[in-house]
Amino acid sequence: MSAPTAGRVLVVGGGTAASTFVSLLRQAGHQGEIVVVGAERHLPYHRPPLSKKFGDPLVGPDTWLREAGFYDEQGITMCLAETVTELDPKAFTVTTDLGRVLSYDTVVLATGARPRQLAVPGAHLRGVLSLRTLDDAELLREAVLAGSGMVVVGGGYVGLEVASVARSRGLPVSVLERENRLLARVASPTFGDVLESRHRERGTRILTGTEVIAIEGDQGRVRRVYLDDDSCVAADLVVVGVGAVPCDELASAAGIECGSAGGIVVDAGARTSAPGVLAIGDVTVRPRHGGPPMRLESIPSAMEQARQAVAMLTGAEPTTCEVPWFWSDQLDLKIKIAGIVEQPYETSLRGAPGGASIALLHHRDGIPVAVETANANADFMAARRMLASATPVDPRRWADRDVSLRELALA
Amino acid sequence: MPQITYVLPDGREETVDVPTGQSVMDGSVRNNLPGIVAECGGSCSCATCHVFVDPEAASLFDEPIDEEVDLVEFLEGACDRSRLSCQLIVSDACAGVRVVVPATNG
Repeated sequence: MSAPTAGRVLVVGGGTAASTFVSLLRQAGHQGEIVVVGAERHLPYHRPPLSKKFGDPLVGPDTWLREAGFYDEQGITMCLAETVTELDPKAFTVTTDLGRVLSYDTVVLATGARPRQLAVPGAHLRGVLSLRTLDDAELLREAVLAGSGMVVVGGGYVGLEVASVARSRGLPVSVLERENRLLARVASPTFGDVLESRHRERGTRILTGTEVIAIEGDQGRVRRVYLDDDSCVAADLVVVGVGAVPCDELASAAGIECGSAGGIVVDAGARTSAPGVLAIGDVTVRPRHGGPPMRLESIPSAMEQARQAVAMLTGAEPTTCEVPWFWSDQLDLKIKIAGIVEQPYETSLRGAPGGASIALLHHRDGIPVAVETANANADFMAARRMLASATPVDPRRWADRDVSLRELALA
Repeated sequence: MPQITYVLPDGREETVDVPTGQSVMDGSVRNNLPGIVAECGGSCSCATCHVFVDPEAASLFDEPIDEEVDLVEFLEGACDRSRLSCQLIVSDACAGVRVVVPATNG
């Protein structure tokens, strides 16, 4: 059973993980101070629409995770546009760029990730954008409304969402991908192929197996992108979507354990290697269902870790890790994925590759390990349940639309 | 402004004002009530805002769209009173509605 807690809880970062955590901590009856220090000037906001809906007005009542009055009502102090520059886990203090030194009883690092930059000449020209923040999305929106021809560097989920919005507005779009297929790091080849053909059908130009070697401009503004086969693509706007890097500098400088590829290592109670220091969200390397720890960049993961951190602080029972899941909106496809697509696996398709809905179940030794779906909510929900319970699956029955999902998932 | 009563996972009841045009999920999030998680922020994607609504009360809201029906079917504890609260848009007629929030939203 959880007990009310006291003391000053300081949260570094002002995104989804932070906002969820502070809300849940008050819900759990925490009686002490709660302070959030966030580098951005905005209150915590919904991040998914930035890449999915940036063609629409970005700021409105639905922008914010919780409205401004919420934090006051809940007794949560929001210090925005202030960056924590140093963490001293022995003194239980942080220092900010405003020169303030804040003490804490527990600090929660929720610093997130930043877009990986392209290390090529011209990457800093005007018109070369990456997308992480609301301010980034505003710039992207202005450029798209101006009718700019777009080159997307990186065929991952964010890049394809951005390409979808631009194509839906009739803009010319090229997607450049270094690997020989889209979504190479995160999706199965079958699913990547399905999405690639849908994007091509909608008129998006897709070049795979090609690397950007330079970006060139006129008078400081981007004009063209050079590729490693010496060809070039014209561009008024370049959107770089080549992954994200965890903002783990505070932790690593403080001697807190980080993963070999970056990210603060935490347990299922969000604890780091330092007493009094927790970490949640995209910045962490975290335990997960179905495999070794990894970074999971997703809203559901951040929110689960917020729950884990609150449970740890209030002494509630820790729970097992949930099946990770992700969603994406592209063209007319509502995409949902659960589990991690990692070799080895076999694939069983429900629906036809060119059909209106598709559901790929990936399994290993007859046990589901991941599911990738488009426009197939029921298939997704059934498969997610099968993943959570490790329900053995007969691949032929999954592929047979005459076999009901109830039989498969609730057997 | 219509009032909605939430029967929370621990059995407590909370009655809050929910402006018309907002969802039952919004009312829970704004008032920091436990049980409704709302991972996707109300886009009928995540199914973490599951509630139970009695038939008389359910008739005061729009019928579920196909997407909602498909999401709900495989939720733990789903039954014919199951709805996703992000899809329950409050109107003046909804004053006094009670929803039961399960402990299984995450």
